[in-house]
Amino acid sequence: MEASPSLSTDEIRAELVKAYPTKVARKRSTQILVNQTGLETVVPEIAANIRTIPGIISQRGCTYAGCKGVVLGPTRDIINITHGPIGCGFYSWLTRRNQTKPPTNEHDNFMTYCFSTDMKEEDIVFGGVKRLRTAIQEAYDIFHPKAIAVFSTCPVGLIGDDVHAVAREMKEKLGINVFAFSCEGYRGVSQSAGHHIANNGLFKHVIGHDDTPPTGKFNISLLGEYNIGGDAFVLEEMFERCGINLVATFSGNSTMDRFENAHMADVNLVMCHRSINYVADMIEKRFGVPWFKVNFTGAAGTAKSLRKVAQYFEDQTLIDRVEEVIEEEMAKVEVARKDVRSRCEGKRAMLFVGGSRAHHYQDLFREIGMETIAAGYEFAHRDDYEGRRVLPTIKVDADSRNIEELHVDPDPERYRARLSPEDRSRREAAGMTFNDYEGMMPEMASGALVVDDISHYETERLLEMYRPDVFCAGIKEKFAVQKMGIPSKQLHSYDYGGPYAGFRGAINFYREIDRLVNTRIWSMIAPPWEKEKRPSLDATYVRP
Amino acid sequence: MLLRHTTSDVAEREALTVNPAKTCQPIGAMYAALGIHNCLPHSHGSQGCCSYHRSALTRHYKEPVMASTSSFTEGSSVFGGQANLLQAITTIFAVYNPDVIAVHTTCLSETIGDDIPQIISKARDDGKIPAGKRVIHTNTPSYVGSHVTGFSNMVKSMVDYFAQPVKEKGKTLNLIPGWVEPSDMREIKALAAEIGAETIAFPDTSDVLDAPQTGKHEFYPRGGVTMEQLVRTPASQATVALGPTASEAAAKLLDAKFKVPFELLELPIGLRATDRFVNTLRRQIRAQVPASINEQRGRLMDMITDMHQYFHGVRVALWGDPDQLVSLAEFLTDLDMRPVYIVTGTPGKQFDKRIGNALAGRVPEAKFRQGAGADMFLMHQWIKNEPVDLLIGNTYGKYIARDENIPLVRHGFPIMDRVGHSYFPTVGYRGAMRLLEMILGALMDHKDRQSPEESFELVM
Repeated sequence: MEASPSLSTDEIRAELVKAYPTKVARKRSTQILVNQTGLETVVPEIAANIRTIPGIISQRGCTYAGCKGVVLGPTRDIINITHGPIGCGFYSWLTRRNQTKPPTNEHDNFMTYCFSTDMKEEDIVFGGVKRLRTAIQEAYDIFHPKAIAVFSTCPVGLIGDDVHAVAREMKEKLGINVFAFSCEGYRGVSQSAGHHIANNGLFKHVIGHDDTPPTGKFNISLLGEYNIGGDAFVLEEMFERCGINLVATFSGNSTMDRFENAHMADVNLVMCHRSINYVADMIEKRFGVPWFKVNFTGAAGTAKSLRKVAQYFEDQTLIDRVEEVIEEEMAKVEVARKDVRSRCEGKRAMLFVGGSRAHHYQDLFREIGMETIAAGYEFAHRDDYEGRRVLPTIKVDADSRNIEELHVDPDPERYRARLSPEDRSRREAAGMTFNDYEGMMPEMASGALVVDDISHYETERLLEMYRPDVFCAGIKEKFAVQKMGIPSKQLHSYDYGGPYAGFRGAINFYREIDRLVNTRIWSMIAPPWEKEKRPSLDATYVRP
Repeated sequence: MLLRHTTSDVAEREALTVNPAKTCQPIGAMYAALGIHNCLPHSHGSQGCCSYHRSALTRHYKEPVMASTSSFTEGSSVFGGQANLLQAITTIFAVYNPDVIAVHTTCLSETIGDDIPQIISKARDDGKIPAGKRVIHTNTPSYVGSHVTGFSNMVKSMVDYFAQPVKEKGKTLNLIPGWVEPSDMREIKALAAEIGAETIAFPDTSDVLDAPQTGKHEFYPRGGVTMEQLVRTPASQATVALGPTASEAAAKLLDAKFKVPFELLELPIGLRATDRFVNTLRRQIRAQVPASINEQRGRLMDMITDMHQYFHGVRVALWGDPDQLVSLAEFLTDLDMRPVYIVTGTPGKQFDKRIGNALAGRVPEAKFRQGAGADMFLMHQWIKNEPVDLLIGNTYGKYIARDENIPLVRHGFPIMDRVGHSYFPTVGYRGAMRLLEMILGALMDHKDRQSPEESFELVM
């Protein structure tokens, strides 16, 4: 498939960076290219996970947002205390739409609360350790949670509060799990550093604490699914129908107990590669649980991923059950898909968001006949663009070196390779791949544009040049795009809609895109008298 | 229950804030700077600050909120953010070409101790600031004050950076509207114009954060106070500053530096606060209040007198920002409502005195609290102990409203789940009527849902 922009990489770079000062233009050019794919072709190299140029107006957020907001935020039975001035805790209070469903009113749910040490000037001058210690004690006394986590904001690192020592001390004192994250906003070039820090913390302090064997026949954990708009609920229901036991989800609709027990699964399925691949790798190294990449965005991807799970377990009953579920669901999907496709075919989308969604949502558009003419991530790395095959060639720069790489050895007692080398080879011979993610670019059309960490300026240029039928991004971009008369779909919060995962979610998304790209409302922006202006002007003009 | 862990046992907390009734300084500075025409707010700190502030403002206004950041990394945190800010200034003028870059600091750059005026002067010396363009700044350490403090600081910096001495006074009045909605700024200007006052309103986010859909994105929308207007503020005969927490600092500076006298009023929310505003303008410009304004006031009075039975005795919990809360408390008390719980996270001892004045001894059971420990969790606990009939505050109140089955009127910042606040004012007489409409609507909807079938009413 040939994407419609027919510019060369040099041409598109020239267009998108033309207002920039020379050095800025040079740097940004490395993050902009025209995709090339094909049997013989290796996708071109893109620069990613590098610093944003100050002043450029980026979509990106910070390390704290990735750690507290994304990875740890969706767990309901833990008290997350933000250690810092009030802002960071305030802005991450309920704003990401992670839904959660405690089984009863008696079960803990702290996600509706915001906890902060609300540091004052004297804490900055004299240190905030005392305040943090008291805050943890007060949280314990009032709420009696089973765990408390502490998240450091920027000034904490600078004034040198030892949050980890306080956490250890309070863990000892209170007898509950207390742990801390050094996730100060400046630690990395984007949210991505925060994901890594969160993964490390979960692995060090939570995962592996409960060795109770799971009760299901086919036990999986789902990694990198955050239950935005109820996505995880759809997937939980789907697994249940298939007879697959979900041990833990990182971290949509999650609880501490599930995390502690996650390493007991037979296999880990990775959804959002960017935010959680570290946990998958570390669990495999220490406990012997293999992982493979799945994609439950899009009906075809969901069916394919379910089949992979069934194939992994090599169980005919499961294989048959999965086929039944797929058949039932696809019948419903096809009705909606064909209907929507008849109105959306040939329309064009752009996706600039996140570290995974910009890839997987292309499937949903493809299913309704829409072409993705440009895409890029906000905080992903080269492996998310080009595939994990490039991992050995990624240069570790100073910013990445800041983030701790945990050295993980097999657990002397608890390591249990779920697959013998023969079992693994047999599955690989049948087409399964483990520990791999092929990345976004190999699945995009040749000629499509790829832009990493797109700026506001570049966004406006792209919109002017191509006027796509829909532009997918986040809340900060949405209304600027819509002011240009182009509908915008938020793929972080789903515009308060969804769920979009699984089969049921795919139908929701088709209908939502149908609504967006086919509403007549955009044609009514100009008032009728503006439209009539030209003839009336002509009329005056002919007068002598 | 959404807030299932909130009980009626109130325990004094020293260090833990739960469900804050405030946020941090920089977002206020960003909002204020958006009220300057052709201005790009710039956040000097980590990327997350700028991203969070833009997101929060966008969720509230449903409008583009353009702002840039110095994108600190670990290196900048060690060596200081000078290189980042210099790079930002170069990038911004080349790419986004504003007239003004309004820099605000963050807890990060404040803790490092970056000297912003020194960096700006270096940028000027290095030729990074094109002729006729300005870079201004304000210090907004997040660990001091609140978002309202940050707003106040940026407004003060507008005077500090732009105001120039004048030889002759003119006829204009400076009008500092405080942290209110774009709709409110529009209404405040309209009232002043109706009385006949020529004003310089700053900041002014009308026509910035309520811009029309035209099919064209104006990166710098039509609205905002211009640099030229800000230069001329010392020529005004006086300043009328609305809301002491947000507006007093700028008014005082104009007085101290340029001898522009000021009148400091509470925000014109409600009957008597609007009366004082109108009367002040009238006196200042020695004009008659036009009949059209008397009519507006008359319609409001008509609504109040006709509907008084529904207001009388209604117990209300309020949370939000001091300037809004003081005026709301006075207005509700005038309606014979009972604002019994009033909470703001914004610290300041004046608050207690101002609320005391607003309540004028008519609500002796009222509990009010500001600053540390004054959060929505505490207010909810008070409600658990003795309930209220109505909640007035930002969107976060909806969790209490649902759990306790109490009607909620959304007012203040942020409102993320409804529209209207940016388009329809709550200041002035017309704004007061809108507030009453919202209050009555919420109370009557609640009554209609709760009342038994036999006492379900057709007519109010």
